[in-house]
Amino acid sequence: MSGLDFSVITDALPFLGKGLMMSFMLTGIAMVGGLLLGLVLAILRLSNVRFVSAAAALYVNGFRAIPLILVIFWFYFLVPLAVGRPVGALHSVIIAFVLFEGAYYSEILRAGMQSVRSGQWQAAKASGLGYMQTIRLVVLPQALRKMAPLMVTQGVILFQDTSLVYVVSLHDFMTSASIVANTQNRIVEMYVFAAVVYFILCTLGGAIAERLKPRRARA
Amino acid sequence: MNYSWNWAVLFSEPYLQWLVWGTLMTIAISLVSWVVALAIGTVVGVLHSTENAWIRLLTRSYISLFRNIPLLLQMFLWFFVVPELLPDAAGTWLKRDLPYPAVATAIVALGLFTASRVAVQVSAGIAALPPGQRMAAIASGLSMVQAYRFVLIPQAFRVIVPPLTSEFLTIFKNSSIAMTIGVFELTARTQQIESYTYQGFEAFTAATVIYVTIALTVTMVMRHVERRGAIPGTL
Repeated sequence: MSGLDFSVITDALPFLGKGLMMSFMLTGIAMVGGLLLGLVLAILRLSNVRFVSAAAALYVNGFRAIPLILVIFWFYFLVPLAVGRPVGALHSVIIAFVLFEGAYYSEILRAGMQSVRSGQWQAAKASGLGYMQTIRLVVLPQALRKMAPLMVTQGVILFQDTSLVYVVSLHDFMTSASIVANTQNRIVEMYVFAAVVYFILCTLGGAIAERLKPRRARA
Repeated sequence: MNYSWNWAVLFSEPYLQWLVWGTLMTIAISLVSWVVALAIGTVVGVLHSTENAWIRLLTRSYISLFRNIPLLLQMFLWFFVVPELLPDAAGTWLKRDLPYPAVATAIVALGLFTASRVAVQVSAGIAALPPGQRMAAIASGLSMVQAYRFVLIPQAFRVIVPPLTSEFLTIFKNSSIAMTIGVFELTARTQQIESYTYQGFEAFTAATVIYVTIALTVTMVMRHVERRGAIPGTL
């Protein structure tokens, strides 16, 4: 093997940087949107009304049964159809990611809310709080604290998953690296560089998740 | 919304055949990758549960390397980069003489990626066993290898059936990423049907129904495995 040329990376840095910003933006929007949607879904799922909890369960299990690439294709196809004109990949992808992540975050939040001991619910009820007040003031603060490490771990997975927008050629970090790799014919250098960048960022994210764990649960 | 429905397209040739082949390809690469993942994941997980610091450094590196790079990029690395980095003869063989290079690469990438996740579960399962099990096995004269083979691994596997089920479900979904290196599995096939016929609604509905069916089947099979494998006296 001969002639590795890493100067191609420095030349392409502005382009790659823009791609990385896109990846970060997608991760951020999907995380915030997914958390909010996940919160609603988790509350619906814990509802005592059978129909409501079943509908939420259907949503969550449905999204969790199919690959993210298929979800991306679904909305890439559906959104322009619903709007009635082409809207570009970005809007469809954002909708797909928020709806998809909502299903995963709702499972984390549900587990967190269920892990709050029943005495807490009873005490809240006994002190005169309503259902929503109990969730907002008593259950959620405890659930969020307990589930923070898992939510960050899910964020790292989400950041890796944003690379799948490659299939609709949205210019995130992965797609940008692939474009440079192919136009400059520097495939080895670019993909190795991209792997190093992802590895460092995801390892950092993993370290943050580890720091958020309560002391005695740390590995 | 302006859309002309045509569900019959799914049952006309060649699209029906594409769906069938795509489904079979998805199932095939997922099952073979799962075998690879279980084999390598068990070895790495067992080594990860030992006390030797050097071995643990190696296993921890394996796990963090494969967990912290997107699977899509891992596929590209195995497909485009590894043949370039190998000695000329081996690289040429991979590129030219290996039959079905995309399918083989997808299985390697998916298998090694999932192995890192299986390894974490296996070592957690072994760690969750009461320490008395290991001590009693050694005290009754078993060697370390025998203790793992006859006492620790069989029990650990029964404990970790639920998390392994979830990894097994995930491998079917992750197999869709193989389409990016040119494997015509289910997602690729339905996208192909969409671009040929513009009947995206029908095509993606078919894929969704098939993936959901696979997930339900796997869940049912694994529930059976869990019940059969439950250690009497627990739960």
